[in-house]
Amino acid sequence: MSEKKFSKKHEWVSLDGDVATVGITKHATEMLGDIVFVEVPDAGKAVEKEGQAAVVESTKAASDVYSPISGEITEGNKAIADDPGSVNSDPEGASWFFKLKINDKGEYDSLMSKDEYDKFCKENPS
Amino acid sequence: MEVQKTALYDYHKNLGAKFVPFAGYEMPIQYKDGIVKEHISTRTHAGFFDVSHMGQFFLEGDKTLITALEKIIPADLNNLKINHSKYSFLLNNEGGIIDDLIITRTEKGFCIILNAACKENDIRQISQFLTENHKQFLNNNLSLIALQGPKSVEILEKLIPGVANLKFMTGNNFDYEGEKLYVTRSGYTGEDGFEISISNKKVEKFIDYLISNEVKPIGLGARDTLRLEAGLCLYGHDLNEKINPVEANLKWAIAKKRKEVGGFNGWEKIKTLLANGSEKIRVGIKPDGKVIARENTKIFSSDNNEIGFVTSGTFGPSVNAPVAMGYVKSEFSEIGTSIQLEVRGKKYGGKISELPFYKKSYVK
Repeated sequence: MSEKKFSKKHEWVSLDGDVATVGITKHATEMLGDIVFVEVPDAGKAVEKEGQAAVVESTKAASDVYSPISGEITEGNKAIADDPGSVNSDPEGASWFFKLKINDKGEYDSLMSKDEYDKFCKENPS
Repeated sequence: MEVQKTALYDYHKNLGAKFVPFAGYEMPIQYKDGIVKEHISTRTHAGFFDVSHMGQFFLEGDKTLITALEKIIPADLNNLKINHSKYSFLLNNEGGIIDDLIITRTEKGFCIILNAACKENDIRQISQFLTENHKQFLNNNLSLIALQGPKSVEILEKLIPGVANLKFMTGNNFDYEGEKLYVTRSGYTGEDGFEISISNKKVEKFIDYLISNEVKPIGLGARDTLRLEAGLCLYGHDLNEKINPVEANLKWAIAKKRKEVGGFNGWEKIKTLLANGSEKIRVGIKPDGKVIARENTKIFSSDNNEIGFVTSGTFGPSVNAPVAMGYVKSEFSEIGTSIQLEVRGKKYGGKISELPFYKKSYVK
């Protein structure tokens, strides 16, 4: 599995061959608060880079989750749809949102590294 | 307009509050624990809420004050005993709800607790009926603290002996730190609890005491989930000037005597609605799955006709499921009726549900 890369919309991506795993960052969960609903995409769905791919809702509001990378969904994580609260406890591990077969590795390469992302969060406090 | 702050603003900040603008005030939406934990601590122990943004409006006067107020408030104020409170409304000529409120009879007249966003307009509306025999003032030197939850009585009784004797929707003056404060047994969470009207100068010390007794600070976020589980309306969402008490399923809050005799704004219309029922009515709604039907979600019948809309919807931490309230055509208002909720373009099943979603008994 490759190193995690990060988007400005607070998603993370890791890559295993041509299959990417996407989730939301710990920082995102801290901004959202208690997560109470998650909707993940079905396998076979095509997603655009920065296109809407999933939904996450906290007690406060609903937010879209975007795919930082284009491709075709191979799996949505049903476990987090059944237990949305698990996203708060392990957002960058077991509580990934979806996997997709990517079209262009260049999209992955252009995302931020961990250090760059941490810096970005500091410079753009919510 | 300049953003206003309550006397406890810095105190909230030190407790790690996240603020949001609300009704012209910077108010805590949540603290470090987050909404779900704050909600649960209120239900299992006790929580305090700074509701000082709400208007504490005092009225004094002779007998004619009752006549004046009864023109706009459909409560039986003549028979309201001193230190007793009622939930009621200000009504417009069409019977629409200008605001919902708690009115308490005091020695000299009445105290009305008004919603923050409405208070200025409320006072204008009430003033139309007042004369030079009536004195009115909005007391901004007072804070208002709600202490809610099963441990509230034990904790407050230790500090202010006597409060345990108060029954639900009654109040009294008590001494605290050489000053008078007014305590009512009331609240808006579905829990036993109190609302304490206390001078801005003493409020921090009072909160210090609550915190030393493990009472958690609770923000507007959990206040919303708590009141919704308790089936209570939020003005500006579940109620507005175009909705009358019959539609709002709040006809119980119009005094029996007033229903018969009338003499208040919108009575003609309300009388007809009381006799014939209204076209739409406020109901509780439970989505079948985990999907949250938020405000403005369209409601459809099982055969796909649009029948209403959601006015409040969230996840109910104590119910451990999504809960909502909204208005549907009256023929679809029976408990258990299957409905559909349109969320993000997709229809999800749900049912008309009994209110409240979460029930506890008040001390009567």
